[in-house]
Amino acid sequence: MKSFFESVGRFARFCGTVILDVFRPPIELEQLWWEIGQIGSRSLPLVAAAGLASGVIMTLHSRTYLVRFGAAAMVPAVQSLGFFIEIGPLLTALLVSGRVGAGIGAVLSNMRATEQIDAIESLSVDSFKFLVAPRVLACVLVLPPLTLFTDFSGLLGGYLAEFAASHMSGHLYIERAFSDLRWENFIPPTIKTSIFGFIIGTVSSFFGYTTNEGADGVGRAATNSVVISSLLVIVADIILVRCIFLVFPETAL
Amino acid sequence: MKQEKRTAISLEHVTKSFGEKHVLRDVSLAIQEGEAVCLLGRSGTGKSVTLKLMIALLKPDKGRVWIGDQDISRLEREELSQVRRKMGFLFQSAALFDSLSLHDNLALPLVRMTDKSKAQIEDTVHDVLSEVGLADDAQSMPADLSGGMKKRAGLARALMLDPEILLIDEPSSGLDAITASEIDELLLNRKMRHKTTLVVVTHDPHGARRVGDRFAVLDQGSLIAFGSLQELEHHPSNIVRKLMAER
Repeated sequence: MKSFFESVGRFARFCGTVILDVFRPPIELEQLWWEIGQIGSRSLPLVAAAGLASGVIMTLHSRTYLVRFGAAAMVPAVQSLGFFIEIGPLLTALLVSGRVGAGIGAVLSNMRATEQIDAIESLSVDSFKFLVAPRVLACVLVLPPLTLFTDFSGLLGGYLAEFAASHMSGHLYIERAFSDLRWENFIPPTIKTSIFGFIIGTVSSFFGYTTNEGADGVGRAATNSVVISSLLVIVADIILVRCIFLVFPETAL
Repeated sequence: MKQEKRTAISLEHVTKSFGEKHVLRDVSLAIQEGEAVCLLGRSGTGKSVTLKLMIALLKPDKGRVWIGDQDISRLEREELSQVRRKMGFLFQSAALFDSLSLHDNLALPLVRMTDKSKAQIEDTVHDVLSEVGLADDAQSMPADLSGGMKKRAGLARALMLDPEILLIDEPSSGLDAITASEIDELLLNRKMRHKTTLVVVTHDPHGARRVGDRFAVLDQGSLIAFGSLQELEHHPSNIVRKLMAER
């Protein structure tokens, strides 16, 4: 129990240092662009494919019940609300947690095991600011646009499934999909993914950067990064949904 | 009149443990500017830990580590960074950055720590790569280099900020005799031309004899001998005499 609280304390201190180092000049712009490219471009096919598939599946399921209740016209609206409010943000965060979180954890822990982090320090370079801060900031910045890709891929998947079932026109589908969608259904859930990005970036960097177990620690850091960041994303989502309802009570259905 | 040399590195009663394991026990030694000191000892006696303490990659549990007149075990990050600028470190595994080309590995400290222009950085990288015989491999990735090339590349990176003190962890490990002697030659050149202070951890008595002015022997975390070749060859400790003996 004591070591658990010690770990929580060390993680809290780690998060604090990340926040300070992100804003402490000089800003690591070159590293940041590189990380955005790595995290963003490499995650894009994954989130697009997952969004498309989820969109098809969701339409297949929701259509069955909506048709039964005579509400087939609601399929596009259910699809868009479902994706923009919750499925898109959460699905994107979990996918990025798996792909990027494991990568950050493995890369940093490997750098630790092979003394590359010590080498950076020996060159008078602040390894934390150089390696951790840009990765976390890149996760924060990349999650919202990736979420939009998931959302629109989900809508595309939903349209394809709907077209296969009812030959609904694209124009009509878009009109129905966005008729009930308000900005407060779209903006806060998309922006909350930045917090998911912060969680993924800091948790995976924490496990990678602070490991001290040699080569054995690399696999463990990667696994812990995915498991803990996914879990924290889900817990944070519950809290953030409540916060969004408090700020925008009209979005609470 | 003979000019008295200043102390470059000094360890005062340094103790270091990792959990229950005592790695260094009350180690004290002083290394003069421009001197080459070889740290010898059996595996696991704390040689690499001593080297890391000298550049504050590790902090002592007790005692002090001085670089010149600064106690680096108590410095804040910014001050420590200034001290480290005077030092270079060659890691046992070379510790080149996997994701960067050899050129970018070398350019990194210059880009980060100096105001040099791009052209000046290119020139410096080329000069240092030429010094270690890797001028044609600037665009290679670390994974494409042989063990000896990695060692030379690691040495080149350690030299980029033109350090006054070079800390070298096992320069000849995993290398054939010819490549190991090439590395020794590079170290000797550096010492002769630039009056660089060298601290070399080694298991190779032949290389140590070539490079070292004085020799420190660690055993079970304690410094059991520190002196010249002649002094250690006639040392009462059997371990010291064995370590110094040419194979």
